[in-house]
Amino acid sequence: MTNSLLWTPLAFGLIGLAVPRRYVGWWATLGAAATLGIAIALLAGFDSGAAGLQDTVDVNWIPGLGVDYSLGIDGLNVFLLALTAVLWTAGTAFAAFREQRRPHLFFLMMLLGETATLGSFLAQDLLLFVLFFDLMLVPFYFLFGAWGSDREDGPTAAAATLKMIVYTLIGSLLMMVAAIATAIISAQHGGHLTFSIAELAKHPIGEGSQRWIFWFFAAAFLVKMPAFLLHGWMPDAYRAAPLPALAVFSGVLAKVGAYGFLRVVLPLFPAATVEFQTVILLIALASILYGSVMAFTQTNVRLVAGYSSVAQLGFITAGIFALSADGADGAVLQMVNHGLVVAPLFVIVALLAERSGTEDLRKMGGMATKAPVLAALFLIVTLATLAMPGSANFIGEFYILNGLFNAKIVFAFIAISGVAMSAYYALRLYQRTMHNRKAGGVESREIGWHDGIVLIPLVLCILGLALYPQLILKRTDASAAQAVAATEGPSRGSAKTLQRGSRRAFWQTPSTALTTTEAPQ
Amino acid sequence: MNFHAPHMDYAGLSPVIALTAGLCIVLLSAVFKSVRRAAPFLSLLTLGATAGFLIWQWNDPTELVSGALRLDDLAISISLIAVLTAGFAVLLSIREPAVDSVGSGEYHALLLGSVLGMTLLAQATNLVTFFVAIETLSIPLYILCAANLRREKSLESGLKYLIVGSLGSATLLYGMAMLYGGSGSTGFTGIAAGISQKGVLGDPLVLVGIGLTAVGLAFKTSIAPFHQWTPDVYEGAPTPITGFMAVATKAAAFAVFVRFFDVALISQASEWQPALAVLAAISIVVGNVGALGQNSLKRLLGYSGVAQAGYILGGLVVASEAGVNALVFYLAGYALMNLAAFAVVVARERETVYGDHIDGVRGLGAERPALAWPLTISMLALAGLPATVGFIGKLYLIEALVEGDYTWLAVFIAIGTMISLAYYLRVVAAMWMRPAGETAAPAIAGASPEADPIDPEAGHRIYLLAPAALAAAATVFFGVIPQPLVEFAQHAGASLF
Repeated sequence: MTNSLLWTPLAFGLIGLAVPRRYVGWWATLGAAATLGIAIALLAGFDSGAAGLQDTVDVNWIPGLGVDYSLGIDGLNVFLLALTAVLWTAGTAFAAFREQRRPHLFFLMMLLGETATLGSFLAQDLLLFVLFFDLMLVPFYFLFGAWGSDREDGPTAAAATLKMIVYTLIGSLLMMVAAIATAIISAQHGGHLTFSIAELAKHPIGEGSQRWIFWFFAAAFLVKMPAFLLHGWMPDAYRAAPLPALAVFSGVLAKVGAYGFLRVVLPLFPAATVEFQTVILLIALASILYGSVMAFTQTNVRLVAGYSSVAQLGFITAGIFALSADGADGAVLQMVNHGLVVAPLFVIVALLAERSGTEDLRKMGGMATKAPVLAALFLIVTLATLAMPGSANFIGEFYILNGLFNAKIVFAFIAISGVAMSAYYALRLYQRTMHNRKAGGVESREIGWHDGIVLIPLVLCILGLALYPQLILKRTDASAAQAVAATEGPSRGSAKTLQRGSRRAFWQTPSTALTTTEAPQ
Repeated sequence: MNFHAPHMDYAGLSPVIALTAGLCIVLLSAVFKSVRRAAPFLSLLTLGATAGFLIWQWNDPTELVSGALRLDDLAISISLIAVLTAGFAVLLSIREPAVDSVGSGEYHALLLGSVLGMTLLAQATNLVTFFVAIETLSIPLYILCAANLRREKSLESGLKYLIVGSLGSATLLYGMAMLYGGSGSTGFTGIAAGISQKGVLGDPLVLVGIGLTAVGLAFKTSIAPFHQWTPDVYEGAPTPITGFMAVATKAAAFAVFVRFFDVALISQASEWQPALAVLAAISIVVGNVGALGQNSLKRLLGYSGVAQAGYILGGLVVASEAGVNALVFYLAGYALMNLAAFAVVVARERETVYGDHIDGVRGLGAERPALAWPLTISMLALAGLPATVGFIGKLYLIEALVEGDYTWLAVFIAIGTMISLAYYLRVVAAMWMRPAGETAAPAIAGASPEADPIDPEAGHRIYLLAPAALAAAATVFFGVIPQPLVEFAQHAGASLF
């Protein structure tokens, strides 16, 4: 079951090469829908009480190097898998309704991207994870570069994409070195060479090694999100990308970074995580503030969505690094929520651009006049983005803040301002496009049925989760608690005192905060 | 007085004998008009037979010629890489202008001569055979580089290679003489015994000898800062020969590099390891930065080869079995990735007026997917992206380096790879993200008498498409199912340690 979930998209993509040009988009959509079916079946059969892995696959892949092909599902990834399948189905269908240049290659790359993303969520072997993490870049390099749009006043699509690839691969190549080092250092303390995440988590490596390895992993994940200071690739790549690909990219790929912290960093490098908690929280806060402020001022609709993602991912990171079960729970819920709002947002951006011929907020307005359905759908997405009470996003942010309050109260206070700011940029985006006076060149047109069948299911997912967020929380809880347990597990007492100590230190000076958090043994 | 004929291990010598015999036959075929056109076919036959004999001797290490050669799995694996590459070069040479200008028989005989040198070099366990083999390898290549007599660049390339190569050989020979003086032996095991008594640092003669030998080998493997000849020679030489040099010469030179340092000098490993590690790091930086601004695909691949040599040297730096395994694995993968690229470059060179300029592959993705895919896969593999043999190769090298406490060099490989993306992906972008180039003749080649004739059908010819497709398919195959190649490499490593 796990195997077929992983390989169905790629299989459809490859067979699609032989499908006639006119039907290849539908064939690809069928492939994505089939994957969605498998994902739903897995979700239905998921044992919600258990913390451990389910539906595992474990094969010796390269015995000579100690690499296993091992996959598994638990509370951390089960909803991210479902999210991937949902968004890809929507993205592929959206693309299939429109004419694509070289459709065979386009849809092959879309589906290869899905397999790679599912693979990085499923992988339970550290190197397999690195492999899929890197593999995700290949299809998106082609999708962004070859189907993207060149800018008059900026870099070409190929150049923007290259920037993205170089940025992201710096992180992931260092991560490969770090992953190998983790396994080898672990094997030196007795035992055979293995990259199994579960095995490695049983015997964390020495603290000195954890320190540098932690940063190599963090670099990879923070670039992917992207977090503040490492987001340099984002504006150009987002402006160049074709929207169906961007919807899944922003909706899912950014989450792989956050997921990586939960899956790999917290369990494998608990001491370093506790040690650098404050630093990562500072980066997360900076992302929230910077992303929000940038989203206020951007005039390109894609970048409003892009920078809002920076802020949202900052929230998620903060939730993870609260190092409490509540924070991690909220982070997982918020990953799914954010994916579910940002993907329809980009679909709507595409629709807005089709109606106004521009992606500039200043040249839009009054789109709602003759398009009530579009306006209603957009409003729901907007309200979910700003985490309106009643939406699942509210629950997610509440959990995150709750976790953060218990861990680091100062950070929680600052993070709350992000909630308020999200209301501003989300509403600004909505008003500038849908309300106001109708701008010249803007055509207010209702969405057709084919855009409806892409958008409406996504909005229904948002509403469904808003009514019943427990669907996710119940299944995530055990695994999330287990993921953060390592950071307080063996040295629970000392970690507690450390947290308190570092909080006190933070009031004094940030630099002493770092020194006092050292070495919990 | 009784005379005993020396014992000859014909089975062990069979690959060398097959190559020598084939070489003679191919050379003679040039004399007879009726079989003159059979030279490529005869060469492939010879290479096939040699490969057969090599595989026959697999997993059966034997000392040959009273210990001057040793046919073990390291030698066989490297020889197989060289033979395979030569087979590709023969296919790519069909209808090559250079072949007509020197004569098919001579051209192929020289190629086989070079392969003979490589198989000998891979087996060499003695300074004398080492030097003889490296000259047997090099001299035919000097001529082959200059084979395209009508092109000035080709002649320049041959001359440059001759001068720099001779300098390298002279350095090597000088170093060998000192080593012999210092250790009292020419055999690798004898040197090991001679040195370990005194230690390297206590004997300046041996120390300088090792240094000069390393420099000579760095010349041959194009490791920076001894790489300056590489881009010029690669650019000027006929493209099939460039491909052959880039892969096979490097493989053979690395084989003896490994054997020399891991057998003769293993007791002093802690002395030479840091020095080679620094060389590797320099090579990674110089190669990758040098490739950034290149517009000629052959020069680009030349610089990329310098960087890749730096990665490969990492496998030697750690002086461990895992290191040799990784090195052989990477060399095998490197052969596949490069051959796919060179086959495409040959095809585009013949069918467009751009030569090997990067504009020659513009818009190839839409126009000629059968050529674009192999080059794309090759570039992604050289950049070390997953699902290709290049990813597994890097993984293998990094694993060996971290295990051998050279994590900093592993980080260098990671950083080098990151830089390399900028130029590898530039080629990919040219193919898939740019419209096709102008078909009208640009000023680059024009109708000058130097220009090679254009064969508009070259991109459809099976002898170019099949090697490209095969190498690319193998690149992906071993990236997804690497275990067979890992085992192949592990045999090589096990034969030294």
